[in-house]
Amino acid sequence: MSKRVVVDPITRIEGHLRVEVEVDENNVITKAWSSSTLWRGIEVIMKGRTPMDAGLLTQRICGVCTYSHYRAGTEAVENALGMTIPVNAQYLRSLMQSSLYMHDHMVHFYHLHALDWVDVVSALSADPAAAAAEAMRWTDKPVAAGEGELRAVQERVAKLVASGKLGPFANAYWGNGTYQLSPEQNLIAVSHYLKALEVQRVAAEMLAIFGGKQPHPQSLVVGGVTSVRDMLSPARLQEWKSKHAQVHDFILRAYLPDVLMAAAAYKAEPSVLGGAGVKNFLACKDFAIGNGQYLFQGGVIMNGDLASVSDIDPAMIKEDVTHAWYQDGPALHPYEGVTEPNYTGFTKRETVYGELPTVDGDGKYSWVKSPRYNGEPVEVGPLACLLVNYARGNDKVVNAVNGLLSLTGLPVEALFTTLGRTAARLVQTQLVCDAALETFDALVNNIAVDQETYRQPVMDPSQEYIGHSMIEAPRGMLSHWVRIAGGKVANYQAVVPTTWNSGPVDANGKVGPYEASLIGLKLEDPTKPLEVIRVIHSFDPCMACAVHVMDYKGVDLGQFQVGTSAA
Amino acid sequence: MSDYQALMARCEARLAQLAAQAPIKTTPLAEKLEAEGISRRDFMKWSALTTTALALPLQFAPMVAKAAEVADRVPLIWLHMAECTGCSESLIRCDTPTIDTLLFDHISLEYHETLMAAAGWQAEENLEHALEAYKGQYLLAVEGAIPTANGGHYLTVGCKGHTGMEIIHETAANAAAIVSVGTCAAFGGVQAAAPNPTDARPVDRVISQPVVNLGGCPPSEKNIVGTLMYFIMFGKLPPLDMFNRPKWAYGARVHDNCERRGRFDAGEFVETFGDEGAKEGYCLYKMGCKGPYTYNNCPTERFNHHVSWPVLAGHGCIGCSEPNFWDTMADFETSLGRRELHSLDKTADFIGGAILGATVVGIGAHAVASIFAKDNKEEQE
Repeated sequence: MSKRVVVDPITRIEGHLRVEVEVDENNVITKAWSSSTLWRGIEVIMKGRTPMDAGLLTQRICGVCTYSHYRAGTEAVENALGMTIPVNAQYLRSLMQSSLYMHDHMVHFYHLHALDWVDVVSALSADPAAAAAEAMRWTDKPVAAGEGELRAVQERVAKLVASGKLGPFANAYWGNGTYQLSPEQNLIAVSHYLKALEVQRVAAEMLAIFGGKQPHPQSLVVGGVTSVRDMLSPARLQEWKSKHAQVHDFILRAYLPDVLMAAAAYKAEPSVLGGAGVKNFLACKDFAIGNGQYLFQGGVIMNGDLASVSDIDPAMIKEDVTHAWYQDGPALHPYEGVTEPNYTGFTKRETVYGELPTVDGDGKYSWVKSPRYNGEPVEVGPLACLLVNYARGNDKVVNAVNGLLSLTGLPVEALFTTLGRTAARLVQTQLVCDAALETFDALVNNIAVDQETYRQPVMDPSQEYIGHSMIEAPRGMLSHWVRIAGGKVANYQAVVPTTWNSGPVDANGKVGPYEASLIGLKLEDPTKPLEVIRVIHSFDPCMACAVHVMDYKGVDLGQFQVGTSAA
Repeated sequence: MSDYQALMARCEARLAQLAAQAPIKTTPLAEKLEAEGISRRDFMKWSALTTTALALPLQFAPMVAKAAEVADRVPLIWLHMAECTGCSESLIRCDTPTIDTLLFDHISLEYHETLMAAAGWQAEENLEHALEAYKGQYLLAVEGAIPTANGGHYLTVGCKGHTGMEIIHETAANAAAIVSVGTCAAFGGVQAAAPNPTDARPVDRVISQPVVNLGGCPPSEKNIVGTLMYFIMFGKLPPLDMFNRPKWAYGARVHDNCERRGRFDAGEFVETFGDEGAKEGYCLYKMGCKGPYTYNNCPTERFNHHVSWPVLAGHGCIGCSEPNFWDTMADFETSLGRRELHSLDKTADFIGGAILGATVVGIGAHAVASIFAKDNKEEQE
């Protein structure tokens, strides 16, 4: 007899996500549905505004991967107007993006994802001296993991528990049998959870130095970057560099050893060794590091075949709305997409919690559409980025991935798992963090001979323009598409990372990454579905992003002729 | 009795009231501070700074300190509606890190979808528990606007599939105070920009209770935490301007405290981004700066531990803490010049006085409508 489990809200993510699963008599998941439960209609709002404001407005799609949409929106308009931006502006944008990654990935690991791997209550029974010794197994220079510090953290947690008011830690899944860390390891992780709250502030300040504030920086304009005074100030440059060093230090001495520790503890835990049901991956070129070089290359991998990677062909992208809350129609290329809401609601049925409104898997059940590449679902994000670059033989990526595999003793296949996806985010953070110093040096060298930060865009109101941008946002490949007519936005489209990952099943019955990743997962207690949350969190959901930005009802976005080199 | 004496008396009464409540925590703040390596001296210094930031005389500093010690007795429920989570991100940027983090720990955070460990059914249980256990005592913070079209079904949250509208009504009913955090909750924000496809509304247009509006996209971490502190100290909402924004944070025009104001007065303007004037820090008015029409403390408090703010980064203010700024302040890189704003027609340099004049009237009207009503209610209980 199958049972329905409803998980809503999926907490510790950006936005509003509901996941439902059906489990068999052995509590193994046989079916899964991913449903986004908020629609904002920003697509409609974009129309008729000046393209110069596109970045500022689309940035408000998401305050977590803040900056990503700002940059993508600004660069789509630059591409449409056929302009290039000054080298300094490229480097500053790259530095801001690096700063964002260092912040976003760290916050995801410690504050959004960690509590799926770390049992806070178990940390109470740890021996702080043994925990301090344990920390030394994973790095010879641990952060916030000396015996005294660990004891203080333990006492702080103990007092919280004793008070009976656990605040944000209340009523979670503590004691679940799939938690695999020892009490000592849990204590180390809790200490780092608290320390990371401090370090993330510093990481955010890095972006604010050149961006004015974080979240939602305000220094990008069509044609360049406005923070020229900050760029020309040696004090400001060094402020960025010293904060970078502080965050870098934490990544090396806490984030890396914590992932190694978790990988060792969880490498035999079945619930984290699946979770990659879709083995097609998509990533794009990004991170200018100087001399026209980029840290990451783009490409597509199908069927997990690392021996074969092809270039992205944007014409292969189509979006299906069969099971999304929009008016039906054939799968359309994003430029031709139609967004007309058609909410059909929930269906009452018996669940493990009693009768509840649930998704109708045969009908429509999400505000997210289902993008497909050549008719196939694909995963995007840090894992996709690493796999594409590994397959391309990108030296930095190959060395970093091989380094992690050798440290953990895991085979390449281990990457195609929930655990592998979480580890990939760390490796990407390290790569970006190191590359940021190359970008910084390139900027400093360039400033000595060139102080240009902005070129005035030229827009003829009597002319039509089309253009797009592709960037690798923290959650994966993000593209914005714009058509400009009469000096105003005539149509706007964003194809967003979490849309690729979280979309519902399509007309051909092909299941997207979230849903596919849950099939076969066994739950210890279906009423406390920790295993489900852990798998979904490994993708780092960002639902405000996922729910379409773009296209205006019934209006063709135009005939985009896009070369893959345009990324 | 002077206003401040009255305020002081009120503050003392409030603190006595809070101190009399059953303690949630088992360790006095002093011990926690010590455990965190924070000296009493550092703590008092922080209290003095916060007192100044709240625009209170320094005699109030000991009360800020006292308030921090009892702060955990205020349960906080934080809701996410139609939003981008930028305001939650701003909240976790709280500067003067350790003390602010401590403060955050000392509020009993009962529900916050981005931070809480529980999910799904268990998360909903936490919300239901808090609504019942802390009836009339909890502070309600709302992030995001409320979609009202289509019966509110553009947003549902939780296993029971409640709409955002239903959740707001239920949680607002017994809140001690309600704070709309950010421009979306306060004024509708980006999803309410024309043509507002989901009929997204600010919190105060969906419920009838008084609401404090913290404009800003997002508001600075200072403005969020400072407002929570005000409620904890005085047990009521702070004095508000005509848009129900706390005067301590939104009482002055960006233009009046701008670091580039001298350039404006001298007629020195950036003509294009990145020009020599931009390198010298000239005024950004001609680049579309909306500082003359915007009320916020960005020039004095800045963002991210005072690191920067948009004008320092060479971009004009976009007026993000003002109602309907996506429609009234656009195009953001074009100067508005002389135009009607909030039904007032003044040139940039004179608009401030006009708005301030209207503010006084607004405060009076609002005070009668909401604050005093709230006071009477409290006194009756």
